[in-house]
Amino acid sequence: MDYLTAPIVVAIIAGVLAAAISIVDKIVNNYGEVNISINKGKKILTLNGGDTLLSSLASKEIFIPSACGGRGSCGACKCQVISDVGAYLPTEIPYLDKEEMGKNIRLSCQVKVKSDIDILIPEDLFNVKKFNSRVISIRDVTHDIKELVFDLQGEEITFQAGRYVQLVVPPYDKIKGTTQRAYSMSSKPGDKNVIEVLIRLVPGGIATTWVHTHLKEGMEVELIGPFGDFERSETDAAMVCVAGGSGMAPFKSILYDMFENGDIDREVWYFFGARTTKDVLYLKEMMDLDAKWENFHFIPALSEPEEGSGWTGETGMITDVLDNYLKTKIDTDKAREGYLCGSPGMIAACNKVMTANNIPLDKIYYDNFA
Amino acid sequence: MVPDINPVVLLFASVFTSNILLANFLGMCSFISISKDMKSANGLGLAVTVVLTLTAMLNWVILQYVLIPLDLLYLRYIIFIIVIAATVQILEMVIDRVSPALYISLGIFLPLITVNCAILGVALFMQIRNYSFIQTVVFAFGSGLGWWLAIMALAAIQKKLVKAPVPAGLSGPGITLITIGFMAMAFIGFSGMLNVQ
Repeated sequence: MDYLTAPIVVAIIAGVLAAAISIVDKIVNNYGEVNISINKGKKILTLNGGDTLLSSLASKEIFIPSACGGRGSCGACKCQVISDVGAYLPTEIPYLDKEEMGKNIRLSCQVKVKSDIDILIPEDLFNVKKFNSRVISIRDVTHDIKELVFDLQGEEITFQAGRYVQLVVPPYDKIKGTTQRAYSMSSKPGDKNVIEVLIRLVPGGIATTWVHTHLKEGMEVELIGPFGDFERSETDAAMVCVAGGSGMAPFKSILYDMFENGDIDREVWYFFGARTTKDVLYLKEMMDLDAKWENFHFIPALSEPEEGSGWTGETGMITDVLDNYLKTKIDTDKAREGYLCGSPGMIAACNKVMTANNIPLDKIYYDNFA
Repeated sequence: MVPDINPVVLLFASVFTSNILLANFLGMCSFISISKDMKSANGLGLAVTVVLTLTAMLNWVILQYVLIPLDLLYLRYIIFIIVIAATVQILEMVIDRVSPALYISLGIFLPLITVNCAILGVALFMQIRNYSFIQTVVFAFGSGLGWWLAIMALAAIQKKLVKAPVPAGLSGPGITLITIGFMAMAFIGFSGMLNVQ
């Protein structure tokens, strides 16, 4: 029986150590019941301490936007903490600037709830819900953009046109762990039972690859939202909207929302940039809207229209087209506001053109997903 | 046979004359990578000293009362490593609870200690040299202090080195290794005073 001694000794020692670790874990990581006070006592959550702030809040149905699902790799789940929760962790510092640190803004996925804690979050987040939705339609609107419609299965979503939702991508193939990605809603606030989004295939993208190759009609998907502060302002300034590719989504929502609610006195210019005719989506729908709505002007522009495609619209870079219209066509005496949705490069370029044409930077609105 | 060495002599010897780092060259990886600033070096030195002393004590008990009686000496590597890993894990949880400030300042260094070869080296030395419990504690604590001293010295030198630029081909790890070589030579000067194994 001598040959059994060694394995038994190793097993006993490892077992004793493992037991010691779990006993210490039980004693040391038991923080008892703690209170999370949100927005100076507007809402108080009581739960067991020891978990991260992000998942503690999620367990009570309050969802802070997060793209990586709490792994500390996206830096999205920022949250202002008023009470003392200790010094900044090395994992938080890369995602925060001096100003944010001055306000004690923390990454909620890194901060552990160990004692009573006071936090400030935007009121809108109380409205955020998790929806168990079902995919009812997937449609190609261009060669690389899909339009997806999710049925909320009896639940309702209330939001301002321009907001986004987070799509929860389950683990698939070699991707371990869930991933969350933000997509602007292209459905109108009036349609409370469905959410529509536009998703362009990004080569190598975790979420977009899953949507384009794995997601099928009838499947159940978790959506969390609404998030964001992109919306039309409550002024009568002329709206100068610029979008590229799937950046169409929030404008489709905003424009139909305005048209159907009779908010049609305001002047709206909508510039849509694409490379070829194959990359333009909802061309007919937008042209129809342009024809029915006097103050709405849809300006699609192609940078590389194919020979013989019969393209009669604008050609050239969207920024050049925009610059030209801002200088000559769009009333320069009246107040103008910029609305942007597209790639970070496009947003930066349009910001330049708009500020050069006297649209102040604080009147240019966009979501910063990057 | 337990060697006949006075614990005070052993403590002095393990800090200076047979410094675990500069005489035995153990624990080099974290020594080179964490010695860029004094604050981190200090935190790591403290952590190594504590873990070294604790694990050497635990390993001595297991060695004397389990491995030697059962004739399982060949298991010492795996057992020592398991004990070191578990101790570091427990220590990390306790420090997180008791002193969050220390936990943050040690940060990622604490888990790194699991793979610090100085820790395993000390456990193996105390077995090879047949140290008694008291001798083991003193030797481990002294080795920790010696490691701490060496990393602080290197961090201090690195700080001065910033003002004395070296040729591009030597900068970074190159000059660090040369510096360590000089330090090791300096510590050899101690070795004539005592010769303790």
